[in-house]
Amino acid sequence: MSYIGDIINGSKTLLTGMSITGNYFFKNLFTRKDVITQLYPDNMNELKMFDRFKGEVIMFHDENNQHKCDACTNCEIICPNGSIEIVWERVADPETGKNKKVLLNHIYHLEMCTMCGLCIEVCPADAIGWGQDFHHVTRDRADLTKVLNKPGSSIMPGVKEKK
Amino acid sequence: MEQQTFLADKIRTQEYFLNMGPQHPATHGVMRMVLKLDGEIIRNIDPVLGYIHRSIEKMCEHDNYKQIIHLTDRLDYLSAHMNNEAVALLVEKASGIEVSDRIKVIRTMMSELTRIASHTLWWGVMGMDTGALTTFMYAFRDRELINDIMEETCGARLTMNYSVIGGVRYDLHENFVKRVKDFIVHFKKKLPEYDRLLSDNVIFRKRTEGIGYITKEEAIAFGLNGPTGRASGFACDIRKLKPYSAYDRVEFQEVMATEGDAFARYKVRILEMWESLRILEQLVDQIPEGEHRVKTKAVIKLPVGEYLQRVETARGDFGVYVISDGGSSPYRLKFRSPGFANLHGLNKMSIGYKIADLIVNFSTIDVVVPDMDR
Amino acid sequence: MMNLTIISEWLSHYIAAEVAFYAELIVIAVIYLSVFALLGLFLVWLERRVAGFFQLRLGPNRVGPMGLFQTLADALKLVSKELTGTSKADKFLYKLAPYFVIITALMAIAVLPFSGELQAFDVNIGLFFISSVSSISVIGIFLAGWASNNKYSLIGGMRTGIQMISYELSVGMVVVTMATLAGTLQLSELVALQKDGWFIFTGHVPAFIAFAIFIIAGTAESNRTPFDLVEAESELGAGYHTEYSGMNFAYYFLAEFVNMFIISAVAVVIFFGGWLSPFGITDNIPYVGVFWFLFKTMAVVFLMMWFRWTFPRLRIDQLLTLEWKYLIPINMVNIVLMALLVWLGLTF
Repeated sequence: MSYIGDIINGSKTLLTGMSITGNYFFKNLFTRKDVITQLYPDNMNELKMFDRFKGEVIMFHDENNQHKCDACTNCEIICPNGSIEIVWERVADPETGKNKKVLLNHIYHLEMCTMCGLCIEVCPADAIGWGQDFHHVTRDRADLTKVLNKPGSSIMPGVKEKK
Repeated sequence: MEQQTFLADKIRTQEYFLNMGPQHPATHGVMRMVLKLDGEIIRNIDPVLGYIHRSIEKMCEHDNYKQIIHLTDRLDYLSAHMNNEAVALLVEKASGIEVSDRIKVIRTMMSELTRIASHTLWWGVMGMDTGALTTFMYAFRDRELINDIMEETCGARLTMNYSVIGGVRYDLHENFVKRVKDFIVHFKKKLPEYDRLLSDNVIFRKRTEGIGYITKEEAIAFGLNGPTGRASGFACDIRKLKPYSAYDRVEFQEVMATEGDAFARYKVRILEMWESLRILEQLVDQIPEGEHRVKTKAVIKLPVGEYLQRVETARGDFGVYVISDGGSSPYRLKFRSPGFANLHGLNKMSIGYKIADLIVNFSTIDVVVPDMDR
Repeated sequence: MMNLTIISEWLSHYIAAEVAFYAELIVIAVIYLSVFALLGLFLVWLERRVAGFFQLRLGPNRVGPMGLFQTLADALKLVSKELTGTSKADKFLYKLAPYFVIITALMAIAVLPFSGELQAFDVNIGLFFISSVSSISVIGIFLAGWASNNKYSLIGGMRTGIQMISYELSVGMVVVTMATLAGTLQLSELVALQKDGWFIFTGHVPAFIAFAIFIIAGTAESNRTPFDLVEAESELGAGYHTEYSGMNFAYYFLAEFVNMFIISAVAVVIFFGGWLSPFGITDNIPYVGVFWFLFKTMAVVFLMMWFRWTFPRLRIDQLLTLEWKYLIPINMVNIVLMALLVWLGLTF
């Protein structure tokens, strides 16, 4: 009889579903093996992002506080959102006497950045790259506007000025 | 004889309007539907878009072709890679850039991984919309593995921005092959579990079978595509019709159903995940050697003309149409988004059914609102 | 009836006997209310924790040991929240509605036999009292849906009317089935009759069918998945309590869990021998029955949680199909079957 058959088959499918969830429940109750929760602020120190993770744009500095940016403004031009502003000035080179572009501030607006990576790709000197930090939470939007070159930093010797 | 009057005849009934959205848990984002209801029965649906309009097409007209790609991530964010690929393929085709086999295979594999990720998320949300909340977490467990693969290779989990003009941004990570193989093994065990938990469930079957019928003719007339169209028997898989990347060299079946109801749409997506696994299995051991990126000019200019590139995203036929005036940015760019076309079918599917059925139908056309509302 | 009369005896040394009697009532009521507020909070915690394990998560685990104080923190938050409402709502009914729900839920608690010694109100129509009191709560939900001046709430309220009235019938008929076997409606007596064997075993086949029906109808009575059409998050936002905030919302929330507890407790009393221990191992020790009663009730509560975190939701017409085409006919046959078994003496 299909009436009783329906009830039996229906109950069977319901019990199958319950067996799956029940299986996970008891496994998690006793072993926590399948638990996928990341206890975030607790595991902050162990948490390691992948090398290519796009957290923010950073500028590389060496131990002498020197960077490679010669203020060519390629990144400022390519950026689709206007997230990068470069402030530079011309300073006479003490050795040659020629006027040379010198980076004052590499301003980076993290709040506008879409992590498209075009600036990093276009940089001729590999002065900027991806940082893996993702703790960007702040109470003030202005905190997200960053100056990438560290205070007092200067350009590495040997980086040529691009045309 | 005295005319007998019933109380029911004296009660005045009327249809009423119900605003569903823009803030509603089942509208998958910010979409508003003005429902005309008779009790719980739907008489008309009036979808209102515009709550997440970002004028991406107009923005594209001001950006050069390299910059456009990162905007396409934000259309259908669940098939971000396929959207990137569409623009990249279009520009490559128009400017005559030849890409290597390696690039093609990488792109295909990434597309299929994205498709599985999108379908698993859809499955979880489908369960949630019908009231089974646990499916969501199970789906996210499996999707997480794909996200890890993506993050390791592309650097991002959702808006990958991986395909660029002339190739892909980074070469495959050394762990990629191992991770994909692990995922295939893992997912082959978990997919039958999906069936046992939800597909076979008698309540779910009753909720979806025989709901939201749409015939093949209607599907074609409304422009339904992707799994939604294929569930009505409309063969519209771009991967088969106009193979791009490496789809011409892999064997897979275009998943079709003929019932045209909500369960058919559900079934097609579940089976599509199996087909995607099949494609991945074929390619994972045969990634050709070669360069991952062809050198291109700094500023790419397309010759004057009109160009169209279609790809099959997780939601269906995604088209990019570009009119070029020879400059470095398109004169006009139009995205043909699958979600927007599928939304047209919703009215046909849901009129005469109940509110609960509307939610099921809405879920089975797999909406991503930023895709419809650009 | 109960040993708690010691309170009035003790008090009557200091104050007049009549005053002591009322003072005793108030003391017991306060104890019951606070115990059940805590129980409600515990059940909410349990649900979230259990849901966590079902969903491969951990659930609340930060506030207090194993997150036990999480719901307390939530309750404090809800108390401190502003009570909002819609401008054109029927203010009086809107404010009144939550009390219907919470008061009826707490009233039904009074008759539950926690152990042989601990029962506040042992009325001889106990089961009837519970089912009649708990059916009043539908008025509260109905009023909430109507008075909120919100269409989602209204649809939720209308669904409640249909659902509760239908499933009330099934619960009532299961009670009748078991009353046929037991021959009494008094809860303490029902438990005492099961000293030699729980009714689910002595009544074997019809008792088991009755239990299956009871757990389905009970889930529907307490508006939980797969019968949570009243709230139906994905369809109606939050259903009848869409417009409620703060403590008014908390009343509904608490009432849902207390109702679940009551349904489970009734199931334990009429099927699983109430506070009796298995094989009578601890029946001679007073007050240990409380442990067994709560243990069994939590087992049934867990079963209902298991349903919730596994099944999809039914549609309104399927809900009625299930009730009127399946549960009611089966129930009727079951009553006849039970009556026959009792008549022929085929029960154990």
